[in-house]
Amino acid sequence: MDAEPLTVNGSADLSEVARVARGALEGVPATPGAGKPDPIMTAVGVRRSFGGIVAVDVDRVEIQRGSITALIGPNGAGKTTFFNLMTGFDAPDTGAWSFNGTSLEKVAAHRTAAMGMVRTFQLTKSLTKMSVIENMKLGATGQRGEKWWNGVLPFRWRAQETAIEARADELLARFSLDHMRDEYAGTLSGGQRKLLEMSRALMTNPQLVMLDEPMAGVNPALKQSLNKHIRGLRDEGMTVLFVEHDMDMVHDLSDWVIVMAEGRIIAEGTPDQISSNTAVIDAYLGTNQGKSLLEDM
Amino acid sequence: MLAAFSDMNWQLIATATLTAVFGVDAMYFAIAAIGLNVQFGYAGLLNFGQAGFMACGAYAIGMTAHYWNISFWWGIPMAIGYATVFGLIMGIPTLRLRSDYLAIVTIALAELLRLIVRSVTFKKYFNGSDGINGFGKTFTEETPFNPSGKYSLWPFDQNANLFGRVMLLLIFSVASVMVGRMIADRLRGPREKLRVILPVVIFALVMLGAKQTEYGGLGFKSLIVGWLVVFVIGALIYMLMRSPWGRVIKGIREDEEAVRSLGKNIYSYKLQALILGGAIATFGGMMFSLSRGSVQPDNYSRDTTFFVLTALVLGGLAKVTGSIVGPMLYWGISQFISVFLFELTQAWGGRVEIFGVPLITSSSQIGAWVQGLLGLMLVLLMVFRPQGLFGNRKEMALDGR
Repeated sequence: MDAEPLTVNGSADLSEVARVARGALEGVPATPGAGKPDPIMTAVGVRRSFGGIVAVDVDRVEIQRGSITALIGPNGAGKTTFFNLMTGFDAPDTGAWSFNGTSLEKVAAHRTAAMGMVRTFQLTKSLTKMSVIENMKLGATGQRGEKWWNGVLPFRWRAQETAIEARADELLARFSLDHMRDEYAGTLSGGQRKLLEMSRALMTNPQLVMLDEPMAGVNPALKQSLNKHIRGLRDEGMTVLFVEHDMDMVHDLSDWVIVMAEGRIIAEGTPDQISSNTAVIDAYLGTNQGKSLLEDM
Repeated sequence: MLAAFSDMNWQLIATATLTAVFGVDAMYFAIAAIGLNVQFGYAGLLNFGQAGFMACGAYAIGMTAHYWNISFWWGIPMAIGYATVFGLIMGIPTLRLRSDYLAIVTIALAELLRLIVRSVTFKKYFNGSDGINGFGKTFTEETPFNPSGKYSLWPFDQNANLFGRVMLLLIFSVASVMVGRMIADRLRGPREKLRVILPVVIFALVMLGAKQTEYGGLGFKSLIVGWLVVFVIGALIYMLMRSPWGRVIKGIREDEEAVRSLGKNIYSYKLQALILGGAIATFGGMMFSLSRGSVQPDNYSRDTTFFVLTALVLGGLAKVTGSIVGPMLYWGISQFISVFLFELTQAWGGRVEIFGVPLITSSSQIGAWVQGLLGLMLVLLMVFRPQGLFGNRKEMALDGR
């Protein structure tokens, strides 16, 4: 970047990568479905209904590559369903969506990870009866030893296994889980499980990391550390899409915010634009917010 | 009362019990239990149709004689083929659903298979409810053992040859070291010392026990071959479960969705585990029918499935050692109860009465008592040691979280 001053969000401690990411989003209009200069993921006309309830009805959404995008919205807005649809865990009634220009329709959930797209879950899924390091090693994709006929031939996968273990140890150290390396994942605290799930997802070498409420049930100190880790992902060139309810955290962390309510995308913009958007405030607090309860009666 | 105990033939009880511990029933149960352990212990697939897979093996061997009239060796590839088809029929419709559905379908399919092979309609292929008899003669007749002789598993038995001695000593020592170390690792105290002492103690016990065993020469070859099969398959599964493949399988047991999000095709892995476990079980069916030269459809009813499951749970899930020792103890204990009660009835003059309550009035009632006491033992095991004898208490404790 040249020396042109960037005033996005006014954060002084932004990394160079973050400045670039925010700079790229500078000219994007703050309207729902706004086109991004370099989208890693695009969804068009994605609709999913459960019986009579339309859980997701997204006309168009694009996720900017190399940025941290927050997906917010009140409970029941369809954020997790949207995650499920994008990652193949659920199939939409209609719609098209693509990752890196490749259509993901009819792509099974397990293939998206190999393509560079990984997700975590709102309810943390640690494999409790396996050790932390085994959890980590499971995350690596393209393992030769995962073919059953290779399983009993250790020489076919030993070298790869050593490399995977080294990478797993590196990630564990980075997420301060290395002291729990050989413990059962079931003995970890809730926050540590969040960290484990995130670092396990990173074992797939993703380009897009989708985190479903990474901060839920995590104490404030660990939140700060998670915050730092998520920034770190972006600074390494990954794209992050995360669901979060803590608005301070969203404001602090994200380059771009997408707001969902009742299955639809109602607003998009930078965190500053969103925090002053009346549609968002209405969605969260109801249209009568600020009025006396007695007035309506 | 004490006089009665001293009148009992304890030598006979010991021989019968230990013979059962290393016997054909324990051997073919161990093979089936290793297979079930792959499915249920490691992958978490609730397969209640293991008897069906065993029948695949038994009938593959039987059909070589009855229908195809070819060498029984063709039974092995045929058994694996049948198990694959049977596993696909079971797995394809159910493995996308929750495990409860698999349980229902497996129990139904295994029964269906049994009813098909014993039906009159297919008598041409499977010989109906008579079963297939008198095959595998090339296997049983080409034996170094004298059919009317008595043999034991004691490596220094006068009848044993050098190869037999070396193999027995090798298997006993490897097994003792494995079991001894496993127990030592579970105990508190001076582990390093226990890791040496326990294998030695167990080896001595096994040798003493083996000395007591007594088998007829006719089935002795299938017994030896069978235990070698147990040993080889056990070692292969031990290795496989320490490979990345085993890691995926264990991950699926813990949480399918998490494993799927990491890019593993869980549907394919579950099918692989189901078919692999089934293919292993066919060897149990094969060895059992070879040892008798006979296949009977009703040997593969639901009872067999649940007895194998009981033996596996007794040994401990998700441990190869557990799946082998469990069936040995299951058959040892049931034989002990049976012979003990028989001797007791004899010594007490044909009746067992405690405080005037007649418990056993004829030796034909002993079978029911064996089942009942085994059931009681299983209940006590579940209460006091839910992880089984070799299971991991720490792993069990994590379940509640």
